[in-house]
Amino acid sequence: MSVTKTMKKLGALICLAMLGGPSIALAGFGSINMTRGVTPVSEEIYGLHMMVLWIVTIVGIGVFGVIIYSLINHRKSKGAVAAQFHESTTVEVIWTLIPFIILVAIAVPATKAFLNLEDASNPDLSIKATGWQWKWEYTYLDNGVHFFSNIDKASMDTSQRNSGKNPEDVAHYLRNVDKPLVVPVNKKVRILTTSNDVIHAWWVPAFGVKRDAIPGYINESWFKAEKEGTYRGQCAELCGQGHGYMPIVVKVVSADKYAAWVSKEKSEAQAAAAGAGKVWSKADLLKRGEEVFLSHCAACHQANGQGIPGVFPALAGSKVTTKGPIKDHIHVVVHGRPGTAMQAFGTQLNSVDIAAVVTYERNAWGNNTGDVVQPSQITK
Amino acid sequence: MSDHHPTGIMRWIKTTNHKDIGTLYLWFAFIMFLIGGSFAMVIRAELLKPGMQIVDPLFFNSMTTMHGLIMVFGAVMPAMTGLANWLIPMMIGAPDMALPRMNNWSFWILPFAAVMLVSTLFMEGGGPAFGWTFYAPLSTTFAPKSTDFFIFAIHMLGLSSIMGAINIIATILNMRAPGMTLMKMPMFVWTWLITAFLLIAVMPVLAGAVTMMLTDRNFGTNFFNAAGGGDPILFQHVFWFFGHPEVYIMILPAFGVVSMIIPTFSRKPLFGYASMVYATAAIAFLSFIVWAHHMFTVGMPVAGELYFMYATVMIAVPTAVKVFNWTATMWRGSLTFETPMLWAIAFVFLFTIGGFTGVMLGVGPADFQYQDTYFVVAHFHYVLVTGAVFAIIAAFYYWVPKWTGHMYNEKLGKTHFWLSAISVNVLFFPQHFLGLAGMPRRIPDYALQFADWNFVSSIGGFVFGASQVFFLFIVIKTIRGGEKATDQVWEGAEGLEWTIPSPAPYHTFETAPEIK
Repeated sequence: MSVTKTMKKLGALICLAMLGGPSIALAGFGSINMTRGVTPVSEEIYGLHMMVLWIVTIVGIGVFGVIIYSLINHRKSKGAVAAQFHESTTVEVIWTLIPFIILVAIAVPATKAFLNLEDASNPDLSIKATGWQWKWEYTYLDNGVHFFSNIDKASMDTSQRNSGKNPEDVAHYLRNVDKPLVVPVNKKVRILTTSNDVIHAWWVPAFGVKRDAIPGYINESWFKAEKEGTYRGQCAELCGQGHGYMPIVVKVVSADKYAAWVSKEKSEAQAAAAGAGKVWSKADLLKRGEEVFLSHCAACHQANGQGIPGVFPALAGSKVTTKGPIKDHIHVVVHGRPGTAMQAFGTQLNSVDIAAVVTYERNAWGNNTGDVVQPSQITK
Repeated sequence: MSDHHPTGIMRWIKTTNHKDIGTLYLWFAFIMFLIGGSFAMVIRAELLKPGMQIVDPLFFNSMTTMHGLIMVFGAVMPAMTGLANWLIPMMIGAPDMALPRMNNWSFWILPFAAVMLVSTLFMEGGGPAFGWTFYAPLSTTFAPKSTDFFIFAIHMLGLSSIMGAINIIATILNMRAPGMTLMKMPMFVWTWLITAFLLIAVMPVLAGAVTMMLTDRNFGTNFFNAAGGGDPILFQHVFWFFGHPEVYIMILPAFGVVSMIIPTFSRKPLFGYASMVYATAAIAFLSFIVWAHHMFTVGMPVAGELYFMYATVMIAVPTAVKVFNWTATMWRGSLTFETPMLWAIAFVFLFTIGGFTGVMLGVGPADFQYQDTYFVVAHFHYVLVTGAVFAIIAAFYYWVPKWTGHMYNEKLGKTHFWLSAISVNVLFFPQHFLGLAGMPRRIPDYALQFADWNFVSSIGGFVFGASQVFFLFIVIKTIRGGEKATDQVWEGAEGLEWTIPSPAPYHTFETAPEIK
């Protein structure tokens, strides 16, 4: 957003505010309330939100009205003389009981909504969502489909400091992924959240689902999307520097489309397994390796391989990626470095990807070892 | 004679005088407020527009973390303790605090703890970047090396708070002038007495949490490490068992301040004194049994969630009683609007808005949408900035004539008020919208639908920040000179502190006054 443009927007805002504001039509400024979702739970939450919002607004108008009346009429400059009353058990009892009764009235529908929200029993479909720094791993427990969902490259590139790129040119900036979750419409989907490292939270506002993904725990929550479409959310628990970069995209599709998607996923998994057996050219490995590096490694080691001093080691010119034996390099990628942020990628990437990324790391950023690593060399 | 005091730097280092120590606390708090505020400016500058322009995500996280820690432990809590030191002995007719040497030590720990905390920003790997709530395992296994310094800084800050609290309780319970029964104490003294008990109860819990972090990080224990059989959620329970009473530690003395100022400028006694005392005690009690409302999304059993929802919304009852009592105090008073009163009235309005969003957040199912969004950020800034900080500023304008003997400049004070009161709403009100629209807190960059309100919020933030630098100018100007203050200062002021000369002599109430 250019400065002039933002100034124009600010000007527009001030004008609108002076007009009383109800006609606000600008997209961003228009969004001032909770968005309504597409699941029964999110609808219930929206109803509770609006009910409590109205109650506090009415109470606020009442209390603030009394204060403002006092401020206007009981001022010394108008000749007001202070009364000296200073206690009344009756009014104290009344204004203790009234809030109490209001709160009980709120608690009844809230309890009902809570019991529904927490009832994940009898799902039609269960998906495990595992949080990683900084991506989501999805496993469909019913049919074995399994993949990682990373933030899209365009958002990541644009969000680099001084990238020179304009976020407005990126579709769904920071809210787009390379591979979205796909679920059928009108089915009860149970989401099981857990984490591989720190605490994350899986949040899709339109579903009314937000659940922490905690290492050592498996939490359950559920949704039943009643409208086809693409719904976007993001990680809601601070999980490190990539916290703002782990979006969640869910495509809700018809039962037929879902079935077709599942069979396509399965055949692609078979094809990938076949790729592990063949010998790859260096160019192909480098190309694929760069993709893998950018989606899995660059968040820490940086796209230029320089890392972040004192936090994440540089790979450009490091011992492991240049002089050290290839075997050790593969070992670090496959098994990680326990006790540090370096994950064990052996469980996340297939042998083609690992071979490709090791090849890439040994040849990029002036490492120029000329080494080529084939999938057959990867032993997990 | 009685006004003789040492001079030079050693006066401040060796002082055991409650007024000197109060001044030290207040200056320390103000410096930390400006440092913590400058971190907030970095945050708002980065969030002015989508895309990363100024800092990297890791440093952004350090800024949100340090901003929170410094404002809570460095600014608000020491400011409240500073007010307690200055005012409690003068309000109860005591010559000093009960434990003056310990008082010196509780203050002088603070600068060292603060320097240690801030120095982490310059260490290899950067400062703490896991949020002021420092959830494990992000703050243990995955944290930078500087975290150990952060842990020791928290230990020292906790030590200082506990000693300050012990001193305040000992002073209030033992050193009141003859005739001043507990139910005759000014509300500020009452709120601090209750706050001090909260501090003694929960600061050791915080110390326990960071000690477990320390051993997890360095000595092979696994309190919070799931891979070693530990439990990351245990950390959250321990932290919030401290953390929820902590928010009342910051707000109860603010209630006390406002309960002193509103009657003065209404020229009318505080309405419902006894119910105010009981409401404060009720809030303090409830604050211990609601902690897990910060954790609705961690996956508690539904019975637990229901209990914490019910207990949480109950806090609205005593809090509402307080707001009603302030309203009734103003009702049919004879109101004037000097600067302290303006801040106190703004407190009542804006703190109440924070209270309203508190009720909304307490309604568990809805909290699933609010949790960890800007709605929460807006809520706690309404209660802590327009609540606690506004009360501290109100207290400054109200008592500074007694402290310095000089009246502040009314025109400047009012300018400071209106600048702050307007900009703070431009800053924080749109954050409600951002949260409801789905913007998570603690993210360095955001999707485009959040751009417009973030821009507005940042502009409000810059004006609010600049207004507090203007406040620094007012403070210095008032200390250096100004119209001479009378002993009573305010027409409607009542209480022992207004019976002594302005500025307050170095030693007061060496002979206890008689309370009828």
